[in-house]
Amino acid sequence: MRILLLSAMILSIAAAPRARAEEKPVAPYTQSNANAGARPLEGTAVFDAMNGLDGIQRIVDDLVDHSVADPVIGDIFVNQDIARLRRTLGEQICYLAGGPCTYTGRTMADAHKDMGVTTRDFNVLVEHLRAAMDKEGVPFVQQNRLLARLAPMHRTIVEPR
Amino acid sequence: MGNNHSIRGRVAAPFLLAGLMAGAGLAGEASAKPLVNGGKLLLTRGVSAVEGSGGGGLSTWALITGNETEDGVGATAFVTHAPLPDYDLTVVGAAVGLRDRFEISYAHQEFDTGATGPALGLRGNFTFVQDVIGVKVRVAGDAVYDQDRLLPQIAVGAQFKQNTQSNVLRAIGAGNDSGVDVYLSATKLLLAQSLLLSGTLRYTEANQTGLLGFGGDRNDGHSLQVEASAAYMLSQRFIVGAEYRTKPDNLLFAKEDDAYDVFAAYAVSPNLTGTLAYVDLGDIATREGERGIYLSLQVGY
Repeated sequence: MRILLLSAMILSIAAAPRARAEEKPVAPYTQSNANAGARPLEGTAVFDAMNGLDGIQRIVDDLVDHSVADPVIGDIFVNQDIARLRRTLGEQICYLAGGPCTYTGRTMADAHKDMGVTTRDFNVLVEHLRAAMDKEGVPFVQQNRLLARLAPMHRTIVEPR
Repeated sequence: MGNNHSIRGRVAAPFLLAGLMAGAGLAGEASAKPLVNGGKLLLTRGVSAVEGSGGGGLSTWALITGNETEDGVGATAFVTHAPLPDYDLTVVGAAVGLRDRFEISYAHQEFDTGATGPALGLRGNFTFVQDVIGVKVRVAGDAVYDQDRLLPQIAVGAQFKQNTQSNVLRAIGAGNDSGVDVYLSATKLLLAQSLLLSGTLRYTEANQTGLLGFGGDRNDGHSLQVEASAAYMLSQRFIVGAEYRTKPDNLLFAKEDDAYDVFAAYAVSPNLTGTLAYVDLGDIATREGERGIYLSLQVGY
């Protein structure tokens, strides 16, 4: 029985990835790595420092968990597709960090439209990302190389109030 | 000679302040949303320079003080102490940042000659005292977010300085007991390199930043001086760096040297930053090699 259950679980994971299964449908858009909003870093130093795909997913999960629970920015994530966020944010960071990923999400402008994100919100998320990378043991200089690619997205993500 | 500049300074200060207030008011009108205070990333407000403006220790930077973003109001207050071999410098001050664009600052500097006073022909513990009111406006760029552009954050500012020791200043050959510095500052965070660079051009006639008056019997009038800083981020909380500042040499009785320092600044929290530096101010009022520890504490909101 136990073996049967286990193989059923393995089968279901193989048949349909967990994250995809939970995602809600989105309006059609053109997929492109250009949607990631920045050029990827050259080389794989940052990707490696983040401990590859597994490390990046741990970082993204930690970042999302803390952001959703945050007293300042938590409200922004209410009614958002968190499963989709975990997947697309993982893809985006992997792609920008020089990893072997394709970004399949929307543009930064589309993804944050009408969310009313302020500079303070943006910075709170940066702090959570720093903390998650610290937890994963990503050296400070490599964190900064990634954040340097993300920082200019402030222009499109933060809406003029 | 007289005190021509003090009159000019007193007229210009309220005029510029009024303009600044009007600018802040317009910015407020443009967005009806309530203010959101706080929110700057750690250390990106800089620390407080000796003249009270947001900057390093010796040099003024283009960063705007306070923890506010473009949506709010922030403030800082600081105390700085530098016990030099022959003098003690103590500065207290406060500054307000408006929407991460305007900055208004105040600093009160006391330069205690201690036991050195009598050797200079002054009474014991004679203290040069100066008040500085500063205004600064960010005119272009964003030091933190524009990581895909070379353009630094650029600010222009003015510092209105009033020294209280008119009689002694006249005796040592200074032209005025007050003066106005104007400056252009450019600051850039090179995040991918964990590096912060800043440069400032200052048009000034201040002797020892104004503690020894303005203009003098060797040179009278403003000259262009340079401030340069470089800092390396060891962590989000901890930066180390160095600064260099050129100064005029206006007085006959004593030569004035350039100043430099090496510093470490640590953000204990978003509201408290401590700075420890080793500063070399060179010769001051005939005394040679004025170098030593520089300590500064800044609270910020």
